[in-house]
Amino acid sequence: MTVPPTGPLLSVEDLVVEHRTPGRPVVRAVAGASLRVAAGEVVGLVGESGCGKSTLARAVCGLHGAASGRILVGGHPVRPLGLRRRDPALTGVQMVFQDPYSSLNPRRRVGAQIADGLRTAGDTTTDPADLLERVGLPRAFASRHPHEFSGGQRQRIAVARALAARPSLLIGDEPISALDASAQAQVARLMRDLAVESGAGLLFISHDLSVVRLIADRIAVMYLGKIVETGPTAEVWADPRHPYTRGLLAAIPSPDGAGVLPAELPGDVPDPADPPAGCRFHPRCPLVMDACREREPDFGPVACWLHEVEPSPSS
Amino acid sequence: MTAGRKTAALTIEGLRVAIGGHDVLRGVDLTLEAGRVHGLAGESGSGKTMTGLAVLGLLPHGSRTSGRIEFAGRNLLETPVRELDEVRGAKIAMVFQDPATSLHPMLTVERQLTEHMRHHLGVGRKEARERAAGLLAKVRIPGPEEALKRYPHQFSGGMRQRIAVAVALACEPEVLIADEPTTALDVTVQAGILRLLRGLCDDLGLAVLLVTHDLGVMSAVADEVSVMKDGLVVETGPRGRVLREPRHPYTRSLLDALPVPPEEKSP
Ligand SMILES: Nc1ncnc2c1ncn2[C@@H]1O[C@H](COP(=O)(O)OP(=O)(O)OP(=O)(O)O)[C@@H](O)[C@H]1O
Ligand SMILES: Nc1ncnc2c1ncn2[C@@H]1O[C@H](COP(=O)(O)OP(=O)(O)OP(=O)(O)O)[C@@H](O)[C@H]1O
Ligand SMILES: [Mg+2]
Ligand SMILES: [Mg+2]
Repeated sequence: MTVPPTGPLLSVEDLVVEHRTPGRPVVRAVAGASLRVAAGEVVGLVGESGCGKSTLARAVCGLHGAASGRILVGGHPVRPLGLRRRDPALTGVQMVFQDPYSSLNPRRRVGAQIADGLRTAGDTTTDPADLLERVGLPRAFASRHPHEFSGGQRQRIAVARALAARPSLLIGDEPISALDASAQAQVARLMRDLAVESGAGLLFISHDLSVVRLIADRIAVMYLGKIVETGPTAEVWADPRHPYTRGLLAAIPSPDGAGVLPAELPGDVPDPADPPAGCRFHPRCPLVMDACREREPDFGPVACWLHEVEPSPSS
Repeated sequence: MTAGRKTAALTIEGLRVAIGGHDVLRGVDLTLEAGRVHGLAGESGSGKTMTGLAVLGLLPHGSRTSGRIEFAGRNLLETPVRELDEVRGAKIAMVFQDPATSLHPMLTVERQLTEHMRHHLGVGRKEARERAAGLLAKVRIPGPEEALKRYPHQFSGGMRQRIAVAVALACEPEVLIADEPTTALDVTVQAGILRLLRGLCDDLGLAVLLVTHDLGVMSAVADEVSVMKDGLVVETGPRGRVLREPRHPYTRSLLDALPVPPEEKSP
């Protein structure tokens, strides 16, 4: 066991994940993505619907194999889950799935399911109802089954169960998308506190940019299988540099009551089975140059030819 | 704007629902008008989904209901199941909060889109297929022709949600109940779906009940806004008024709870 104390908790290196269906073109859902989460850090992963966020998260949990590249958790490589074997790299990893039904067993009472999580952590004293309370639900809900809950209640239960296991790496895939603003802030802070206080890492996938802004230390922006921009949350927010990030932040609808429909990105949502040549964003980019059509910008923290070395002062 | 001719497309009056002796809805009133989007916000567990399910006659087994849900001159709560089947899907469609409820896991996307069309609209196989591909393009699914042959699990969460929207729109309904239809979408794709819904209201007179907890979404498309708490509608009014000058304390607390960006807090 050689866990480098300084290395990142999660390290995804040039990961490629493909979905193969007989008779269909290969879908390269993750096409060379790199990402790190340090202990005690919250990383927000955002990006277009269908760009590969869930595929990446599932690969980290060993639910999809990598076509190439590496995933290290606590310095140990993650391999796809076998039927019986549980990869030692994955003890300590918990995931809240995008669809809360996949995280919860429909036939068991939610209290029993939270108790499973507590048992994973070797915790024999905490009452499952305590965790329900922490995510803002009545204690009495412990004796109910998942189908007896509303969408937002079910998401909170899935979060409670994952937190009960005291993971060292928690991955939340849209874990609180059905909650209203005040419940979101409460549960998001709870997840953040877990990470910061216990030194766990949190990879938080969300379309709700205001929540990401609230809890993430760093943001990673994904577009068509690649991470196109990363940086400290406040910096990316104040000065988004990739044209996709700019388009994304500009489309957040404002709750001002004015009835203004936000702008869509120009052009069609791309197909990962048939990605454009050169920079993957170039057909939709308002700032496209000749180089963008020919070569893929394969560098960070901003994968864009406009930001290759230093932003050029002209335009 | 074709909203002028008939106004109330669907009226809910004093709707009460109890499940297993527990009062889930305690007298809900809501009016949907042709060509307008009625936004419904409210606390998690306040009964938004149950209100939508009641309209479609899809409440959980053992639910007891009272009140009226009036559509095309009849009370849907008292309509026999066989007649309800002609309304459901064809005249009133629903996008379920959980896309898994909208989509059958074992059927191709093409079958899910065309089967209702062929049954309710009586269109032929070829035309149904063309319409289906057109609908997928409208909900921003890349490669619509090829996507028709795939199964739900081969799409991302947000794509499934958009396919569920396409399925609901397939039979050109008069009333659409959309329960959190954009929670799995990033804001740019979400903008596309909101524009699509707005366009259907403005051009075809569709009446929409849009359940959303996202007050930005609400502000972008809703004409009227209602807010629910504990099985009751606590406030209803025009969008601008409810979002700018909320009257009920709960609405005010929702607006106050919007996350305050870090630099606007004291440094
Ligand atoms: N099958 C069921 N049996 C008993 N109670 C139920 C059942 N389904 C839902 N409930 C309860 O009914 C209430 C209303 O649920 P509903 O799903 O309408 O909430 P909602 O407003 O849609 O919430 P959310 O925003 O979280 O989706 C909730 O308190 C829920 O716990
Ligand atoms: N089992 C599968 N077979 C084939 N293609 C798949 C499969 N699962 C996902 N895909 C495709 O892979 C791509 C990425 O999907 P993924 O679920 O990772 O996206 P996502 O970023 O999580 O999107 P969302 O925000 O909508 O949830 C999509 O184009 C999707 O259609
Ligand atoms: Mg996803
Ligand atoms: Mg609901």
